[in-house]
Amino acid sequence: MSNWIKKFVVALAVGAMTCTLLDSPAMAQEAAPVAAEAAVAAEAPAGPSAEMFTVNNTWMMVAAALVFFMNLGFACVETGMTRSKNTVNILFKNSLIPCLGILTYAWCGFNLMYPGFDYDAGANGWFGFAGWGITTNAEGITSAYNAGYTYWTDFLFQAMFAATAVTIVSGAVAERIKLSSFMIFAFIYVAFIYPIAGSWKWGNGWLNNLEVPFYDFAGSTLVHSVGGWGALAGALILGPRLGKYVDGKIKPILGHSMPLATIGVFILWLGWFGFNGGSVLSADPGLVSVTLVMTCIAAAAGGVSAALISWIILKKPDLTMALNGILAGLVGITAGADQMTAMESTVIGLVAGALVFSSVLLFDKIKIDDPVGAISVHLVCGIWGTLAVGLIGAKAGIPQLISQFTGVLAYGVFCFVSALVIFLVLKVTMGLRVSAEEEIGGLDIGEHGQEAYPDFSPVSKV
Amino acid sequence: MAVKKIEAVIKPFKLEEVKEALTEIGIEGLTVSEVKGFGRQKGHTEIYRGSEYTVDFLPKVKIEIVVVDTLVEKAIATIVKAAKTGKIGDGKIFILPVEDAIRIRTEEKGEKAV
Repeated sequence: MSNWIKKFVVALAVGAMTCTLLDSPAMAQEAAPVAAEAAVAAEAPAGPSAEMFTVNNTWMMVAAALVFFMNLGFACVETGMTRSKNTVNILFKNSLIPCLGILTYAWCGFNLMYPGFDYDAGANGWFGFAGWGITTNAEGITSAYNAGYTYWTDFLFQAMFAATAVTIVSGAVAERIKLSSFMIFAFIYVAFIYPIAGSWKWGNGWLNNLEVPFYDFAGSTLVHSVGGWGALAGALILGPRLGKYVDGKIKPILGHSMPLATIGVFILWLGWFGFNGGSVLSADPGLVSVTLVMTCIAAAAGGVSAALISWIILKKPDLTMALNGILAGLVGITAGADQMTAMESTVIGLVAGALVFSSVLLFDKIKIDDPVGAISVHLVCGIWGTLAVGLIGAKAGIPQLISQFTGVLAYGVFCFVSALVIFLVLKVTMGLRVSAEEEIGGLDIGEHGQEAYPDFSPVSKV
Repeated sequence: MAVKKIEAVIKPFKLEEVKEALTEIGIEGLTVSEVKGFGRQKGHTEIYRGSEYTVDFLPKVKIEIVVVDTLVEKAIATIVKAAKTGKIGDGKIFILPVEDAIRIRTEEKGEKAV
């Protein structure tokens, strides 16, 4: 009996603590409060009702499903913006990445990302590991674990994010990377690099304990830049696709399905309702709705800005630029989706659209070949969105800007260098790029012995 | 035995009109394929993600019909009339001799087979 009461009191305390924190936007995507903090909050008001907890948890599961759906969005965008002879290869990578991501996240990723850094016990906040595998006790499935979700929901939601980060790399290295080498890179990156980097902020690591904590609401840096740095390293080491530069001139390589690319972007936009909306970490009506509105406004502004700029500068409105612009706005708002007004979100989106347009052109010019614009969308706009939190919105100010810059730099160095080392080791050991012959014939036949469109004519009804 | 093959390369949007006109003069079948190529019309430049490229091969539709000699002149006049816009790129018509023709179902040969 006394044991039951003790549990109840702890549950109330932890619940109350999380609830109080949930009222403040700063709680977003951060680790559940540790027991020591909970004890301090013992006199705080009661935790959520069973109904409220169920509502919170349900929303978090819906959000996890939406983020899961983004994998299809990435698959469509990447397939549409590359040539038909590499379609099977791209779909294969995009199918296996979530598989690898979920398995490794259950195996070690979750516990590397949320090691439960305890600063009182002298944690340095750079690296921690809470053990292999995932398991929980009776409290894990009640609001004692967190007011917003159960342990299992927490795992699922975060596992979907992990897969997303590595999928970003696949677009930038498409049409020329050796499948086996890429899968090994993806495994290492998703199993170790992503969660260790993520623990610095969302795992309550050192970046979360700066004097003015680094802020990244849903992952402009933690997810998108992490993927973007990997994409940059990969594209740099691989070099451009054959035929992209002829006699020093850019020769565009056209994507084979604009309808697929467009479907992909809209799936990603839909998925972002879960990506940002779920990062509130509860079904808090005010926070979730404002986050979704700001997310949509930035996406819309990004699309309009990239479309208009391409129209003015290239004389014709480029669909792929408009699509990249929408994604740029989404990546840009992700770091501060709960900190911005409608006007500020518009500015973030407009700037992101302009940035993505100019960086696609710039990367082409300096011969970093990125078939889908992954580096421009996820890295450039991820950095922009992260810095924007220090420039505009509720948290703006020099100290915040310095913290944001520190975060960008730390993730840049760690992720870029790690990705560079992994790719270089793969290059000298098993080779990173397919043969010129295979590249010309297409990776579908070369790597898989399969064709995406095997019929003689694509309109065949046989 | 006197059959000729008429190959006409035309603007894709003219296909429907040409088919209607040929049906009206009693042509009972034709084969159509989507083709690409260039003639005096040449290609044009397009832009993809900020970089210009030239499209050297323009899409056209190729019609193939095989008719008895007596119908050849009428068929040509019909195609010309239906496919002409007067602008560059209207296409070309080629007439070829045909050695023989066989209808697979009945194994009829020559004029009976077309």
